[in-house]
Amino acid sequence: MTAVSETEQLRYISQQAADARVNVEIETEGMTLNLGPQHPATHGTLRIIAKLDGEQVVAAEPVMGYMHRGYEKLAEVRTYPQVTTLVNRIDWVGSFANETPFILAAEKLMEIEAPPRAQYIRTILHEMSRIANVILGIGDMGVQVGAVTPIFFAFRDREYVLNQIEAVTGGRFHPNFDRIGGLKDDLPAGWIQNTKNAMEKVREFCDQIEELMYGNEIFQARTRGIGIIPADIGLSYGLSGVNIRGSGVDWDVRRDATPHGLVYDKADWKVWTHPDGDSYSRMWVRLQEVREGTKIVDQLLDDIPSGPIMAKVPRIIKVPAGEAYVETENPLGVMGYYVISKGDLNPFRVKIRSASFNNVSITPWLLKGVYVPDIITILGSLYFILGDIDR
Amino acid sequence: MSDETAVAETDEAEIVEVDEAREALLSELTSELADGLVESHVRAGDDLWIRVHRDAWVDAGMTLKQMDFGYFSFLSAIDWLPSPFGRDMNSQVDLTLTPSEDADDEAEAEPMETGVAGGETRFQVFARVNDITTGRAVTLKADLPDDDLNVGTWIPVYPGANWHEREAREMYGINFVGHPNPRNLYLPGDFQGHPMRKDYALLSRRIKPWPGIVDVEPMPGDDDEGDDS
Amino acid sequence: MSGWIDTFFDSYWGPTGLRTLGGLVAVLLPAGALVYIYLFKLMSFVQSRIGPMEAGPQGSLQLLAEVGKAFQKEDIFPRKADKIVFALAPFVVLMSTFLLVLVVPFGPDAWFVNLDTGIYFALAVSSVSVIGILMAGWASASKYSLLGGLRAAGQLIAYELPLVLAVMGVVIQAGTLNMQDIVLAQAEGEIFGWGGIGNPFILTQFVGFAIFLIAMQAELTQPPFDMPVAESELVSGYMTEYSGVRFLLFFIGEFATAGVFAMIASVLFLGGWWVPGIDPDSNLFNIVGPAVMFGKVLFVTLLIFWFRFTYPRFREDQLQRLCWKFLIPISLLNIVVTGVLKVVF
Repeated sequence: MTAVSETEQLRYISQQAADARVNVEIETEGMTLNLGPQHPATHGTLRIIAKLDGEQVVAAEPVMGYMHRGYEKLAEVRTYPQVTTLVNRIDWVGSFANETPFILAAEKLMEIEAPPRAQYIRTILHEMSRIANVILGIGDMGVQVGAVTPIFFAFRDREYVLNQIEAVTGGRFHPNFDRIGGLKDDLPAGWIQNTKNAMEKVREFCDQIEELMYGNEIFQARTRGIGIIPADIGLSYGLSGVNIRGSGVDWDVRRDATPHGLVYDKADWKVWTHPDGDSYSRMWVRLQEVREGTKIVDQLLDDIPSGPIMAKVPRIIKVPAGEAYVETENPLGVMGYYVISKGDLNPFRVKIRSASFNNVSITPWLLKGVYVPDIITILGSLYFILGDIDR
Repeated sequence: MSDETAVAETDEAEIVEVDEAREALLSELTSELADGLVESHVRAGDDLWIRVHRDAWVDAGMTLKQMDFGYFSFLSAIDWLPSPFGRDMNSQVDLTLTPSEDADDEAEAEPMETGVAGGETRFQVFARVNDITTGRAVTLKADLPDDDLNVGTWIPVYPGANWHEREAREMYGINFVGHPNPRNLYLPGDFQGHPMRKDYALLSRRIKPWPGIVDVEPMPGDDDEGDDS
Repeated sequence: MSGWIDTFFDSYWGPTGLRTLGGLVAVLLPAGALVYIYLFKLMSFVQSRIGPMEAGPQGSLQLLAEVGKAFQKEDIFPRKADKIVFALAPFVVLMSTFLLVLVVPFGPDAWFVNLDTGIYFALAVSSVSVIGILMAGWASASKYSLLGGLRAAGQLIAYELPLVLAVMGVVIQAGTLNMQDIVLAQAEGEIFGWGGIGNPFILTQFVGFAIFLIAMQAELTQPPFDMPVAESELVSGYMTEYSGVRFLLFFIGEFATAGVFAMIASVLFLGGWWVPGIDPDSNLFNIVGPAVMFGKVLFVTLLIFWFRFTYPRFREDQLQRLCWKFLIPISLLNIVVTGVLKVVF
């Protein structure tokens, strides 16, 4: 452990002084509003320090780390199969999707490939966790703009999807189902038909929510033209997923750079974009994303090949030395794992590139000059999960 | 044993092909960066790594951005020091709790190896940028000497690097020159040390010893499938 | 036998006690009914869940459980709060509700106070709650409360205007400010010479009714106008720091005011205690009137709560824009048209 150097001490003191200055400013001019760490709108423990002039934001600075669990460090002392248990908890609403890129990176380093059946089931589960996640995000946006009903619809219909995930993996939230070289188990009997029924329910939800929420004039007034992210700014901040497609960038890792081991190319689907770049367009793309997701699941369910679900892998998994980066399109955006192996049982270094971290890093830029109610809708439309920021 | 040889065979078979697009990109980068580019590595059909000189780190970012690599993926650092606490995961017993002279010697004697695109120092910063229109991506690395962990900030090039640099700063102690707000991102303001460095002990693992590898016994019905039924 | 009844009614405390009791019933009964029927059950139905089911049959005693829970909780004062103002604020809000109910007639002879300027009095005392809310927001020594209180003040004062202007149409048509006479005007009115159903002003003053409903929604700070309490932004607005009984008082105030405003709306637009087919002077209405009133209140509050469950929240500036750019011009136009038609017919 290194001792605190003098410069670090000085920096700490100057930080304290800066905080004190902020506190003094509260009394005199403007007001500093502290949203969080426990605040209804931050779904988790994000804290946003907003300096206000009336209700207008002069400067906003997110503060996080209240939930940092040090997964990058922990992964260094876990064996490869154990790491999936950790990374499950990154984006806890769409857990299975967190496992996929890590497993794919390990498979890439080991140069093995899962059997086709496992690849299909992986893709289906990946897509189902996206649906479960994004449905909740849409419902949550309702709460952010003050309509309580959508979230109950979201919880109701997400249940159908979660039940199906539970039926195959045994876990509703943390499946921990992906294995290097395949999957833990095969599908249970009757699962395919039940899943199709669940997808039908999800499509009904989409129609319902489109009428209830997206068609509502107040919802549109609250989200249209609010929180506009131009495409180039979004890219330079590393925004990904729906948040960048909502700015008109036609880029989807699933279509453009599907990593080896997922079979998105076997299904016929469309990448939706919206040119406006505001809160509404992000939410709109999110809704279309759910619809496309159900289509992908339906099509892949129809042509799941038969065969084994596990490739031949050694009992004790030692990953050959090397470096690999695999990214997939996760519910919240592009998630990638940069895995460095030295030929041991455990990874030497895992860099987790989580989507929400980049997505939220734009907030200081984005929140400048907006009103307090818009902070909430903008954060809601960026849709982040705290575990995905803090890792 | 047979598995390992199988893996090795496929290894050799696939490396033969040549990736023209990435080679072309690499040659373009070489001409742009000139002396700044130290080493490079192309994995055909997969990825491109370049290692730049520390002073050329910002220039390299600027050059890549001008070459349509507008998408900033991530920035972080690597500590190549072999863990001074031994290779915990490979040992049946925890070496730090029951230290034997051999183990200590072995840990210290273990040479520092760096990964793809090489490296000469313990710390490296690395970053990844994408060109989303063509799907190309480049991973950049830069060596940082132990006694001078300074590198220029990428914020003027990619504003999104802000938080990534703050994270790398607190986790590895790397100073990003010109960073406007070099405060801790995750850690408390008065936190001592840099947790992601290899010599920073993971205390919980020190206190509660690792029980060794759990799955060592063969599971029934796996190796001897005939007996299972 | 009749001796003590006469003394009871002649004394000061007799009628006052009865009035107090009646006032409590008139305020709390609708409030409790609204909370159970709409907030617990209709809301659950709309959101496809079943709502409270455990306390009493169909969860009907849940309300008592909630009240009991609130009484058990600690009455917390923030350290920097202005203690006296903080403690008084919920009572001021509730006082406005009780003053409002005074002028509402429940039958030909069933009223608390029969003021000649009844509706004027009602609109005046409805503004008292703003003071209570501002007190709560200021005294809590919390930024969320302060923002909520300021938002409430801006909103309630702005929406007083369309509320008053919407009432003006009714007053012009009825030719009186007395609530009782407004009911009678509707009972005895005729639509183009046909008096079969009287003339409930919702028919002739439909624009006024719509504006009154919207302004009422805003006065009650119900969604889509719930910025003062906006739970996803300001936690609970001016109520953030309140707990226990004082929070309960705010809560009662919210729903009791909804009930009382619905009473005023039904008096103004739906004929109050009167139903077609019975002579308005009949003594029967002293018994049936309150029940009729209650039915009409349920109808008006159904609209309020349906909007509440369905709509997202406005932003503060959009709310003001709606008020000043749409509601006030339309209500002014409504007054002009009503006045012209009143002169013509």
